[in-house]
Amino acid sequence: MVVGFALEGYLLMKDKLSSIWRFFFGDSARAFGSASIILLLLLAIAPAKNHFSQWRHYQKRYLHFIRGRADAVTLERHFQGGIQQIWIPEQQITDRCTTCHLGLKEASLADVSSVAFRKHPVIPHSLTEFGCTTCHRGQGAATTLQEAHSASEQWEQPLLPAKYIEAGCGQCHLENQTGTPFLNQGRQLISAYGCTHCHTIKQPDGTYILPDDDPPSLKHIADKTTREWVYAWIKDPQAYATTATMPNYHFNDDDARDISAFVLAQSAPLEPPIQPVKADANAAADPAAGTTLYGQSFCASCHATQNAAGMMVGGNVGPELTGIGTKAKPEWLQDWVANPNHYDPGTMMPHYRFDAKQVTTLAGFLESKTEPDFVANVHLDPATPAQIEHGKRLVVENGCASCHQINGIKKPENFAPELSRIGSKPLNQLIFVEGVEHTLPDYIGAKVRNPRAFGPSLKMPQFKFTPQQIDAVTTALLALTDRAQTQPPNMRIASVQQTKYEPAGAAGQLMRDLRCLTCHRIDGHGGDMAPDLTWEGTAVQREWLTQFLKNPETLRPALIRRMPKFNLPDSEINTLTDYMMTVYQTPEFDRDSLPVSQLTPAQVEQGRQLFYSKFACQSCHIADYKTDKGYIGPALAGTGKRFNAAWVYHWLKDPQALRPGTIEPNQHMTDDEARSLTAFLMSLKSTGSKEAM
Amino acid sequence: MKNTLIALCAFMLLTAGCSHKNKQPAPLQATATGAAIVESSGGKQIGYIGMPLDQTVVVQVNDASGSGVAGAAVYFRGPSGVSFAPAAALTDSSGQVTTTVALGQQAGRYKLTASTRDGSGKKAEVRIDEIALGYQQTVGAQLNGQYCVRCHDPESTPQRVSNMDNLAVKPHPFTEGDILNKISDADLVAIISHGGAALNKSPLMPPWGYTLSKSDIAALVAYIRAVADPPHEAGGLVYAQK
Repeated sequence: MVVGFALEGYLLMKDKLSSIWRFFFGDSARAFGSASIILLLLLAIAPAKNHFSQWRHYQKRYLHFIRGRADAVTLERHFQGGIQQIWIPEQQITDRCTTCHLGLKEASLADVSSVAFRKHPVIPHSLTEFGCTTCHRGQGAATTLQEAHSASEQWEQPLLPAKYIEAGCGQCHLENQTGTPFLNQGRQLISAYGCTHCHTIKQPDGTYILPDDDPPSLKHIADKTTREWVYAWIKDPQAYATTATMPNYHFNDDDARDISAFVLAQSAPLEPPIQPVKADANAAADPAAGTTLYGQSFCASCHATQNAAGMMVGGNVGPELTGIGTKAKPEWLQDWVANPNHYDPGTMMPHYRFDAKQVTTLAGFLESKTEPDFVANVHLDPATPAQIEHGKRLVVENGCASCHQINGIKKPENFAPELSRIGSKPLNQLIFVEGVEHTLPDYIGAKVRNPRAFGPSLKMPQFKFTPQQIDAVTTALLALTDRAQTQPPNMRIASVQQTKYEPAGAAGQLMRDLRCLTCHRIDGHGGDMAPDLTWEGTAVQREWLTQFLKNPETLRPALIRRMPKFNLPDSEINTLTDYMMTVYQTPEFDRDSLPVSQLTPAQVEQGRQLFYSKFACQSCHIADYKTDKGYIGPALAGTGKRFNAAWVYHWLKDPQALRPGTIEPNQHMTDDEARSLTAFLMSLKSTGSKEAM
Repeated sequence: MKNTLIALCAFMLLTAGCSHKNKQPAPLQATATGAAIVESSGGKQIGYIGMPLDQTVVVQVNDASGSGVAGAAVYFRGPSGVSFAPAAALTDSSGQVTTTVALGQQAGRYKLTASTRDGSGKKAEVRIDEIALGYQQTVGAQLNGQYCVRCHDPESTPQRVSNMDNLAVKPHPFTEGDILNKISDADLVAIISHGGAALNKSPLMPPWGYTLSKSDIAALVAYIRAVADPPHEAGGLVYAQK
């Protein structure tokens, strides 16, 4: 029966179909008409797809959205329908983002809730000149949300998450910028943790990111410390000092034993050798004298120690000293304090002129700062030749000589992959592991966070970064793109490189011995911890400079870091002052061009008024210790004894011209005002803060 | 019957390829309930777009007498783009839950909530506000740190001693919204550029218009508006859950 029904249905259907066929194609006229209609319908597919496209949907929504607003007329006038495109051929930018993001330039749309229609936040660049994908990545030519924003097999660069957006700036801006704190921090960390000892990073301007962590040479390590300490240190550097930048290699006990054996075995005695401890029981037994000398010498300007409350106190130029007594041998400490150049001619530490008693006092004080727990459980048997040989192999395999100088081992070349274009690395060249999202930022972040997660045999060690530091390093690495390398050179803002300036002659020798450039900058070379001395000879009076070098007074009450007392003999002070007064002069004006004798008492009085009322300098400076409390700029109570009047006058007229970056505001003074203020300041001849105390 | 079966099979075949990502955190097995939830710390932080906040957010579940309840379930929620690690957790022995918060991709104010259920299943909530700085406000924040903060922030640290106590007329901290919100953008720009004296205010505030650029000063104003408490009305978007 079923078959019967089916047959009947089939015959019925066949009848129907043939009648439909006859209706449309029965004769030539009908066939022509029908074919034309089908052709028309087929032709309509493309326009229909276009009509219902996603970007039109956004444009319709935008028009609907602005119609309800008070400024509809203005916004409608700005609106341009159709596909919009920013095309910058020389940078290979074809960005159609503005097809949907229609309000990017509309100031009145700054606070609308829809991201698509909101104004772009204020940035220093025009969207038309730089495009969108330069910074945000994504696929510029795409006109659907999915294709433009996300990654696909054909497009590996999805939109960059906002936390890495400063990577966009870093492609052109190789200098530090106010608006990019994380990029700056990331680059600084890459230098400070010495990433570029192993990884080469060539910046687009041809310069290299150089390491500035200054890892110690191990050539004479046996003179400095014990094998037990080396063993415990390579097992976990941060257990000794939380601020240590040396990464953790997760060596097992045997490997650490063999490496420590080799490191000690390769060490050669210093030439000339370190003298045995000078016994001066009196000095060593006086911890109070040691504390005082440590304070007076301002060791804490560069070195940190952990106090009882666990807080780190002091600077980060030199290594942390919390457990130095556990690390360094007593005779080495004495030798180092007496003259660091003996052990390490390249150190940043100045050569203080300590007498024998001071050396034993300070070395004894440092010797007392111990962390006995650090080496308490380390018991090593004497090393066997096999262990030393194995240790050497490990040292070579792990590239220890990339950072440290080691006798008999050369610094390896290209030890780790070059990172100059890591920000554009194709994903198919990377090996992802479980739990890491398939994007470049996630890969880099995971690699910095925990390198060994990518395979236990990988050599990259474990650095101790906070999550925020990892994001910063990732940002700096993401800035190293193909685009950065290949774009026109006029797009680049070069990085500020240190000059190679070195002071000359006998004074130059002396300044190198005292490591002035560790803290001070001169002619673009040196640190930024202390004032720039490029024009110090124009600024100050010779007598003051002499006195200051003899006994540095506190110039800035609020600063912890201060100029140390080097205990210089008069002859050395004379050499230094002669040189500085002669050489470090600005070509802009003569330091004697405004003799104090030309300044009248009336001007002094007028200057006093200006100081305290119009310019209210007492906000930040102290002219009189009895009344003023300003704490930000240097105390000015001794200006008349310290500075030259011409310098004061030119400083008041335009501080940034004399010292770029100084936070003293330019007050736009008239010549008369600057002259009167100079007269007042030069009349201040207090000898220092002690008077007020 | 057969048809139903076929239909069922077909439906299963059709939907086999689809999977739903469950965005809701898995429900926690609370061992206790509290009466109220309060913020312990981590509110009103100033962070950066997309970045984790410096401090963790800590909330506490209390019982009726105000002491902490251990084992109560706390759920964190926020507008889209905000992430919590963890987004849901049981309170510890002191009744607290700690979470790391990363703000969304847009500059503005973020309203987050932490919630728990009391014994009768009723929801108790606490609102936590955070601020995310965008590019311009970040420039302002940096300039603030360089030029303004030593006088305008009463807090002293060993690295940065506050100068506020040394000033006869006390400067306004930038968070002081009830005062600073009343000053128009133009007046703020004028005071920063020409000093306090220009608007008959204290001359202790120096002019910065010859030291900072116009865009620097605009960035400072953007920063001041962003951190104002109570909020400045034009201080950017407020992100809250719908």
